[in-house]
Amino acid sequence: MSELPFLVTIWLFLIGLYGIATSRNTIHLVSCLFVAQSSTYLLLLSVGYRAHGSAPILSGIPPGAQPVDPVVQSLALTDIVVGATVSALILIFALQSHKRSGTQDPRRTPPMRG
Amino acid sequence: MEQLAPLPVVIPLIMAALSVLVEKLPGKHRLLDLLGLGTVGTVLAIDLKLVGLSFEKTLVYWFGGWLPRNGFPLGIAFAIDPAAAGLAGFAALLTLLGLIFSWHYFRSIGSHYHCLMLLFLGSMQGFCLTGDLFNLFVFFELMGVAAYALTGYKIEDTGPLEGALNFAVLNSIGAFLVLLGLGMIYSRTGGLNLAWIGTQCASQGADLTLQAAFMLLCIGFLVKAAVIPFHFWLPDAHAVAPTPASLLFSGIMVELGIYAVARCYWTLLADQEAVSWMGTLFLSLGLATALLGAGMAFVQRHLKRLLAYSTVSHSGMMLAAFALADPGALGGFFLYLFGHGFVKGGLFIATGIVLHRLKSVDEDQLRGRGRELWLTGPLFCLGGLVLAGVPPFGTWVGKALIEQRAEALGYPLVTPVLLISSALTGAAVLRAGLGIFYGAGSPNFLSACAPATGDQELPETAKALDRTPFVMALPLCLLFAAALGTGAFEELSRRVLLASARFCHSEGYRLAVLAGRAGAVTPLPLPQLEWQKGLLSGAAALAAALLALFGLPLPAWLQRPYKQFFQGVLRVLRTLHSGYVGDYVIWFLLGSAALLLATWVNSGL
Repeated sequence: MSELPFLVTIWLFLIGLYGIATSRNTIHLVSCLFVAQSSTYLLLLSVGYRAHGSAPILSGIPPGAQPVDPVVQSLALTDIVVGATVSALILIFALQSHKRSGTQDPRRTPPMRG
Repeated sequence: MEQLAPLPVVIPLIMAALSVLVEKLPGKHRLLDLLGLGTVGTVLAIDLKLVGLSFEKTLVYWFGGWLPRNGFPLGIAFAIDPAAAGLAGFAALLTLLGLIFSWHYFRSIGSHYHCLMLLFLGSMQGFCLTGDLFNLFVFFELMGVAAYALTGYKIEDTGPLEGALNFAVLNSIGAFLVLLGLGMIYSRTGGLNLAWIGTQCASQGADLTLQAAFMLLCIGFLVKAAVIPFHFWLPDAHAVAPTPASLLFSGIMVELGIYAVARCYWTLLADQEAVSWMGTLFLSLGLATALLGAGMAFVQRHLKRLLAYSTVSHSGMMLAAFALADPGALGGFFLYLFGHGFVKGGLFIATGIVLHRLKSVDEDQLRGRGRELWLTGPLFCLGGLVLAGVPPFGTWVGKALIEQRAEALGYPLVTPVLLISSALTGAAVLRAGLGIFYGAGSPNFLSACAPATGDQELPETAKALDRTPFVMALPLCLLFAAALGTGAFEELSRRVLLASARFCHSEGYRLAVLAGRAGAVTPLPLPQLEWQKGLLSGAAALAAALLALFGLPLPAWLQRPYKQFFQGVLRVLRTLHSGYVGDYVIWFLLGSAALLLATWVNSGL
């Protein structure tokens, strides 16, 4: 298998973290978190990928066809569900903090230091 | 009796859903409290039963009856050894005490609190009991979600919002790394069951990919365990969460991060020579965390923030105990976890009572105002001594055992570092306690300038009472009694040593899960523990607290340079703990890059 998916995984993860580190907008920050998360989907799917494999629906496939690994697909699905929960929650925090402080810039509000 | 295994997870999850329905009813508060207490009590009873059963034989429960075929695990398993069941029971006990504390409390707000607590409990149970790597990840995330929501519970205040945001972002990134590591491990071994991965690792040998994958798992879990440089989120979150949630966070959630690292280490890689270098790495990380956390705890005046930093420090000590990779030291780790969890929970509850009665958690503002809290005051000060590890409390047994094993294994540096950091955290609590409840001394130059003061803290209760309600005092007393009991009963220490011997027996775990056979282990006999070191540590804590309260008797020409030196160091430290999530992510990146680089370098040797 090619190395490309792994390189893209690393790139997505790092670019997501770069976005969080430099973000000046909370909504943007949360979106960067999801960019980093998408790297995990890519890694999981590429781990189970099989060239010319069929979809892992075992009832209707022709004999001899090789399906891709269904386990990683279900892992990615679970991950998406969990990710949706987390993202909803973090977006609420971001919105609420915008309401409270009137700014979306995470570096504008005076934080609790030390 | 394996049928009991899923109940500690299933019952709280169902009840959490039910509690949302109950919130629609009139007169819901008492009903919700009863529902919560009943559920947690049931879970605790089942956990205790599981502890008893697991001592006879490791319980393995395959969901949906998908048993292993030809040695390959098709289904998802709960694998319950005494350590797993014991930790689950400990989590349930702390939740029970937290819910008793909140019986009166949250009367005015109330919504979804019980649901979140039950969700948190259910996920912690699953996290302890599971024998499957992906399951571990799912419960890790679920635990996280419940914890973020609890942190941001007081959503009208900015502190909790920022704390929850920092907590959620950092822990989510940690969870991504767990998932990446898990994917890599799956690609190499073709399974997600811990026992199966362990047998595959044993036959393939741990090459760079597997070691790097394991390191990714560790980084993810160490974010939860607040080890440097991944610890920044913890004080922001623990200091602002509601008291019962802080109790659970500091008492068990942080430690579960180290438990997960230990579980993965002993099931996956422990019998590989190639990973022995990781012990030294984690040991140094743990000791550095212990010192930094203790130092930062000492310079706080916001009580909850002080306790939060002391959790960082004690978590570091526990990581160091795990890093010795020895069944005896791991026994010390579990005992320390229990002792520390009880006393830290007690201290958080005492702080909750202070906030309830005096409407502030700021040490300098409260100085001398807590004289009438005749029960909370002495217990809070005692808590400082217990954190320092005075005999015969649980922290003392655990620490003495860890130190003894460290010396036997040839790590002489562990004992002094543990002494200094536990004495410093104890001193911080003692200083605050003596000041608040007895009006001793004056603000010291280290903590008085702390930017987080804690007089802005929103009250958690609907109305102030002029006495401490019984339901608040009860868990406080029970927690301190439990901390004493953990150390005083030798039988408990023996049982814990047996549990940790079983925990460290990788071969036995794999046999039990994959073949259903029981392996016998011989635990380390309980050694004679030195009580002198515990007393020394307590005395050091008291001395440091008194020095902070009354000042160092230095000649005048020395006072200035001495103060300037410490203030300079402090300025750097405070700037590093900036409170901006972007900075924390940079630290996270640097830390994980360093750990992965260490993996790459060492696996080539």
